[in-house]
Amino acid sequence: MTKNSLYSHCLHFGTIALLVALFFLLPAYHVGNLSRIMVLAVYAMGFNLLFGYTGLLSLGHALFFATGMYGLGMAMNTFGLPSELALIVGVVCAILVSTAIGLLALRTTGVAFMIVTLMFAQAGYLTVLYFGSYTRGDEGFVIQQAERIFAGVDITGETSRYFAALILFSIVFLLIAYLVRSPFGRTLVAIRENEERTKMLGYDTVRHKLLAVIISGSISGLAGAAYALLFGYVGATFATVQYSIFPLLWVLLGGAGTTLGPLIGVVFMFYLIDLSSELTQAYMLIAGVVLVLLTLFAPQGLAGEIRRKVFKWLP
Amino acid sequence: MASVNILSTKGLTKTYGGIDANMDVDFELQRGKVTALIGPNGAGKSTFVGMICGRISATRGEVFFEDQNISSMPAHKRIQLGIAYTFQITSVYAGLTLLENTAISARRRLGKDNVAVNAKALEVLERVGLADRAHQIAGDLSYGHQRVLEIALGLAQDPVLFILDEPTQGLAETEIDDFVDLINALSGDTTILLIEHNMDVVMRTADQITVLEFGKTLASGTPSEIHNNQAVQAAYLGTAVDA
Ligand SMILES: Nc1ncnc2c1ncn2[C@@H]1O[C@H](COP(=O)(O)OP(=O)(O)O)[C@@H](O)[C@H]1O
Ligand SMILES: [Mg+2]
Repeated sequence: MTKNSLYSHCLHFGTIALLVALFFLLPAYHVGNLSRIMVLAVYAMGFNLLFGYTGLLSLGHALFFATGMYGLGMAMNTFGLPSELALIVGVVCAILVSTAIGLLALRTTGVAFMIVTLMFAQAGYLTVLYFGSYTRGDEGFVIQQAERIFAGVDITGETSRYFAALILFSIVFLLIAYLVRSPFGRTLVAIRENEERTKMLGYDTVRHKLLAVIISGSISGLAGAAYALLFGYVGATFATVQYSIFPLLWVLLGGAGTTLGPLIGVVFMFYLIDLSSELTQAYMLIAGVVLVLLTLFAPQGLAGEIRRKVFKWLP
Repeated sequence: MASVNILSTKGLTKTYGGIDANMDVDFELQRGKVTALIGPNGAGKSTFVGMICGRISATRGEVFFEDQNISSMPAHKRIQLGIAYTFQITSVYAGLTLLENTAISARRRLGKDNVAVNAKALEVLERVGLADRAHQIAGDLSYGHQRVLEIALGLAQDPVLFILDEPTQGLAETEIDDFVDLINALSGDTTILLIEHNMDVVMRTADQITVLEFGKTLASGTPSEIHNNQAVQAAYLGTAVDA
């Protein structure tokens, strides 16, 4: 093992250990927040694989998040499946949708790719509204507390929910850390840096980009399904443009193309909104100003700046 | 027995709008030799090699590599057959270190074996004299050094056929000498197709020369045959081939 990979193992397992410790150290209010943050960080990590590592900016990731969410929610509520099966249904739906979107949207590049993904997500949102009699449209629906049992564990309690979120986060976190150091991940970075050159080195860039969309979309869908299961609510808000923009902000703030960036970004943004909304009604204004300052003074995001200035080995 | 020619083209044609960049080019490339492709600016040299390696789609015509028709193969598959290509306009990974640059190139063949990938990546940097800069960011290099890195990206693939599009453009005198030595060391094992403006470099490296003009082959032969060719002399008015 090289020194750098030893450092990065320490960093990843250290982060997980810290999250375990925080459960015992933090007051209940923050523990509740952190459960939510970890699930949203999974969403951000999925987005980061495509945006941060492959260099493809999708403005339609809410489609994948919502697909997982509705896949699980409707499997449970409409078809009465147990949560374990419903989770699989949610993820399979996300795999199918991201494959279809990948095949279609990757015919375009750059701004066109952004617009095409945005339009597909908008179509997804309108579909949810159109089939309101099944999806309950804007209003959404609740997954009953009695049904939210996963592998025999009641996941509605604060403790079990926290650790369910932590397990999910850890699996995806370590998977991404492994992936981006693997030949596959290195090729994604090569595509991000110079696609034409990568193709002319003999890499099948089309296949790599499609796989990146599918993995990214599936992880986002997994996050959506987990969110529905852990917090018991499925609604069309999660399919709106806003939920496509959030992961972009998180990842930009935390550091695109870093393994830790998504988590840092979600924590930062979550508490930024939380704290500023305590101060004033115009909390989005404060949040906006801080975002502008960060982009001006830390253009590579928090983890990105740390990598640039201190720890060059940061994965 | 493997045939003498590693690569050939039949009626290769490229039309951009109304412009015939290449017109029915029949071409044969001898195995293990250094072949120089020369001709004035806009003659269609870059277009021609672009169609060979698949970067540019041909309007019509065929390309054969090792007796296999590769005309409909996408670029990355052709590269996987052992064809390496360096761009006329430098195209390296400007945001990554030199070592990461050559590692990406080596990794395509060597895969998961990180030790082998690193060894190869470092070896080619040593070979082109950039090893002491292995951890610098490629974008910070001088133009000449970036050109040399571009060549290293080709070398890291251990190609069977190495196509270089004006590699010495922008290189300093000493770097050109190193390049000539490199090509001469590679020839024999590796077949080389070299687009080159510098006639001195052509004369010091080439076993064969093909002259392209207005998208057509004007002449093909050994350097002395080309030197004495009437058509070439007429086209160049005896200036360019004086070397
Ligand atoms: N992408 C393109 N679109 C239109 N015309 C092109 C394009 N690429 C090259 N050409 C034209 O094709 C001809 C041959 O160009 P090129 O192959 O680059 O020549 P060379 O490499 O010999 O200088 C030139 O007239 C050039 O202007
Ligand atoms: Mg050219």
